[in-house]
Amino acid sequence: MRQLFTFIKKEFKHVFRDQKTLLLLFGLPIVQIILFGFALTNEIKDASLVVVDYSKDEATQKIIEKFRTNSSFKLEESILGTKEIEEAFKEGKVKMALIFPADFENDLIHENRASIQLIADATDPNTATTLVNHANTIIRDFRQELATGRPDHSIAIDTRNIYNPELKGTTNFVPGVMALVLLLICVLMTSVSIVKEKESGTMEILLVSPFNPFMVIIAKAVPYLLLSIVNLSVILFLSVYLLDMPINGSIALLFAVSILLIMTALSLGLLISNSTDSQQAAMLISLMGMLLPTMMFTGFLFPLENMPWPLQLVANVVPSKWYYIIVKDVMIKGLGFSAIWKETLILTGMTAFLLFVSIKKFKIRLS
Amino acid sequence: MRVLSFLLQKEFKQIFRNPTLLRMILAIPVIQLAILPLAADFEIKNINVVVVDHDHSTYSRDLVNKITASGYFVLVDYNNSMDKGFGYLESDVADVVLEIPPGFERNLVRENHEQLFLAINAINGTKANVGGGYLASVISSFNEEIRLEWFQKGMPAKSTVIEAQAINWFNPLLNYQFFMVPGILVVLVTMVGAYMCALNIVKEKEVGTIEQINVTPIRKHHFILGKLIPFWVIGIFVFTLGLFLVARLIYGIVPVGSLALLYGYLALYLVAVLGIGLLVSTYSQTQQQAMSLAFFLMMIFLLMSGLFTSVESMPPWARVIAQFNPVTYFIEVVRMIIMKGSGFQHVTRHFLIMAGFAAVFNTWAIINYRKHT
Repeated sequence: MRQLFTFIKKEFKHVFRDQKTLLLLFGLPIVQIILFGFALTNEIKDASLVVVDYSKDEATQKIIEKFRTNSSFKLEESILGTKEIEEAFKEGKVKMALIFPADFENDLIHENRASIQLIADATDPNTATTLVNHANTIIRDFRQELATGRPDHSIAIDTRNIYNPELKGTTNFVPGVMALVLLLICVLMTSVSIVKEKESGTMEILLVSPFNPFMVIIAKAVPYLLLSIVNLSVILFLSVYLLDMPINGSIALLFAVSILLIMTALSLGLLISNSTDSQQAAMLISLMGMLLPTMMFTGFLFPLENMPWPLQLVANVVPSKWYYIIVKDVMIKGLGFSAIWKETLILTGMTAFLLFVSIKKFKIRLS
Repeated sequence: MRVLSFLLQKEFKQIFRNPTLLRMILAIPVIQLAILPLAADFEIKNINVVVVDHDHSTYSRDLVNKITASGYFVLVDYNNSMDKGFGYLESDVADVVLEIPPGFERNLVRENHEQLFLAINAINGTKANVGGGYLASVISSFNEEIRLEWFQKGMPAKSTVIEAQAINWFNPLLNYQFFMVPGILVVLVTMVGAYMCALNIVKEKEVGTIEQINVTPIRKHHFILGKLIPFWVIGIFVFTLGLFLVARLIYGIVPVGSLALLYGYLALYLVAVLGIGLLVSTYSQTQQQAMSLAFFLMMIFLLMSGLFTSVESMPPWARVIAQFNPVTYFIEVVRMIIMKGSGFQHVTRHFLIMAGFAAVFNTWAIINYRKHT
């Protein structure tokens, strides 16, 4: 026990000596949470819109005015001809064009039927579909205003948005950031820890000394475990006091499962460290190999249920996917352990498996 | 020139001597580019809905049929207990619960008015918004049908129609992968360039070989060029692999615009990105530091680039940050050239800005490099 303690103290000194890295480790979650919390949104606001109005009458003016006041669109004042629209699209200045044919109001009054042309820049299909939908809603509103009197046999809809009444982006992004930051930082840092000693030759000194290899591994992981707990606290503090996020469930439970995820990540990092023979290789795997897949398979950027089933299987082996579900359940829905036991069990299993393989690999190196 | 060519030979030999590393540099981007775009689909479909029906009338059943027939919804359960409905929301089995009140049909016929209750899991606000919107439009078209039915019994229907014809340019089939593949390719090339370059130089620092070079008569700019050029070549190679092997063969993406223009921009972009790598290396003493710094920057570059969420939707201060992010411009340019066929006249501004980035990052790195050695 005393030996282990000395070992851990040594590792702590190593970590604290590298102040630049330490600064970045603490800075990253703060920057991330602020960026994610305030800057990122899947909502579409201020999409540039040009109008080509060949009719220029009262009806078109009213519709244009409706588009002007809608927050999804930003109306460009210049009125263009059809040819100039393509140029504007190619320069990337415009997302949608609205074209009123000549005699719009005339057709509307005399024939009860008029048409509007919408051209969307479908380079980004999501934005295009959303904008077309918004435009359709605006046009439908206008049509309903034309119809006089209260419509008969109407069905009203009382919609309640459970868990996130204001439809804020943060409610979704904060659990995602927690999963991403905790997982990646731990993997990244521990993945170089052992391979670094291998590369600089100090590992051999450790190996000839009478220490249990298991102890070496634990000592490597403990400082990062503690650092990550501090990071977790910072993230939670910022989410509550800066982003107005609720913590509806038990904080103790949230910390407990977070520590479990950190341990999963540490074991993964150790495994990478044990299986590579240069820091460069370890870093390549943990940064280049893990950054994008973790982001995309956690489930907070793109819905997992949309993915083809082989990719859904891939997502199952990404630890942050399970942690993300747990955080949503505990933090936002305020559920207890009974709701998350399955995900907790999966993470525990992953940790046990990764630790087992990693120690096994480590022992092989000893012989 | 002779010195430089020797240095380049040495660097290339060093890179090729480590086949594991080389394979990783090429395989990681190619595999990720092949797989990840399939995972990036934000289209909202298969919304799981639970209907709590207290009415059990012809109307309520018609409504349920209309919802399931719309194609967007999967009916998970049909029951008459709201508690059960909320239970499904809690366990994530359902996204939406629709409650039909008792006497729905009777009230609608007699009092001309009735209300439905909709509970939506809104943790993901966007999904809730879109899903709720779909359901609302299904209900309103059901409403329209009922109204028409009653109109036919008496007065003639007089309604005004405004047709909105939507045309989708540049991607008429709304294929999301056409949008994601070029963007992800840019991110991967950026990582390979900046990251490998930074690690490589710092490694020499850590091992101490950089001091050996410093005492030789090799000029600083030769040394730096000797480090940058190999990764510049690798960057172009990885981009080419991604564009022809993955984007074209797997996703069938053929650039509409000029390849020369695309590669011209890539060449300039890589100079800027390698400048960032060089800069990172001048601020780090160990590979671990370089990695942390690169990770820190990469995260910000990635999130603020418009790859996943659009830059226009960000608050003004965040849009300013995005404008100082070189990745933003290349993602824009790649999407413009590949999908819209934009020409040089459309991206002149992007070229000028990137040239500025390249100059600033490299000058900064070289000044800082001198100070530290």
